[in-house]
Amino acid sequence: MILLRLFYEFFMTGLFAVGGGLATLPFLERISANTGWFTHQSLIDMIAISEATPGPIGINMATYVGYITAGIPGALVATLAEVLPSLIIVLILARFLKAFAAHPTVKAVFYGIRPASVGMIAAAGFSVLKISLLDLPAFGLTRSIADLFQWKSLILGAVLAVALNIKEWKIHPALAIAASAAIGVVFRFGR
Amino acid sequence: MNIHLDLFVTFCKIGGLTFGGGYAMLPMLQREVVESRKWATESEIMDYYAVGQCLPGLIAVNTAIFTGNKVKGPMGGICAALGVVFPSLVVITVIAAFLNNFAELAIVQSAFAGIRVCVLVLIANAIIKLRKGSLVDWYTCVLFAAVFLLSILTDVSPILYVVASALAGVFIQWRTARGGAAS
Repeated sequence: MILLRLFYEFFMTGLFAVGGGLATLPFLERISANTGWFTHQSLIDMIAISEATPGPIGINMATYVGYITAGIPGALVATLAEVLPSLIIVLILARFLKAFAAHPTVKAVFYGIRPASVGMIAAAGFSVLKISLLDLPAFGLTRSIADLFQWKSLILGAVLAVALNIKEWKIHPALAIAASAAIGVVFRFGR
Repeated sequence: MNIHLDLFVTFCKIGGLTFGGGYAMLPMLQREVVESRKWATESEIMDYYAVGQCLPGLIAVNTAIFTGNKVKGPMGGICAALGVVFPSLVVITVIAAFLNNFAELAIVQSAFAGIRVCVLVLIANAIIKLRKGSLVDWYTCVLFAAVFLLSILTDVSPILYVVASALAGVFIQWRTARGGAAS
């Protein structure tokens, strides 16, 4: 029963992903590896779509995975399952919000979880790097450093890294994604 | 207007006009919830947002539930949560249905090869931002490095890292507190 499995996977994601939308990424990678519902590559495309469209990234990703796995019912189940743990936790905590947030043990728990969460996001970023900048199949064949990198992508990445960090420019992520798509088409990326 | 419907519609608006999720949502929340509806004060919203960031789940959803719950109890929380996810459900389902039919085209493949590079840079920027509040001392840097390397090299469930790092956090703080009391 694929809907039941979807519900379970996304409930666990909503329960254990701490730190917002991108923190769900390691969980989605795991779902992809365990179930084969979607490829790693389509997961990255999904991040792009989630960043470029309105709505919280985590919800967008859950809806997308749910849809490509089991159509509209899948989209509904995945999204609601990811929200359900939040509903339960927040409604319980709302009564003693301040006392909870100031409790030393709670602080200690999140002191530990936060760096781990960033570590998992960084690892997910590393696997995006492998797919977007490197060409491991070609390198495996020729063992030549020139074949290890997708040079066009590397140049685009360097330009974006600089442009997105110039504070005065305030480039919107959606604009950067649209520009990257256009550059990919014009310079025939991946071909 | 019925208060439940009002909560749903207002959070629909906030969800639908927020690009990039949790962190981008704060200005919209301040305008809609604090200034125009007066459902919560500025400092309440900041508390919801701060605690919502620490809790499991999505920041935008957690903040919406806190606000809805304050206005109209648990049912209010549910309405706000449904409101904030509704635009995503509609927009993403349409895009996914569309992409399913065009994903094989060479031009779409090239576009996504370009987009993937952009995603990488966006993730790197997010990590740099997140680093400030999370890598605060040597212990947290070691935790970060350990989880990063283990995630790359092994196939362990992320749930295990969350539980283990929570225990590590409690242990480190307990030792630090005890050391402080002894000296």
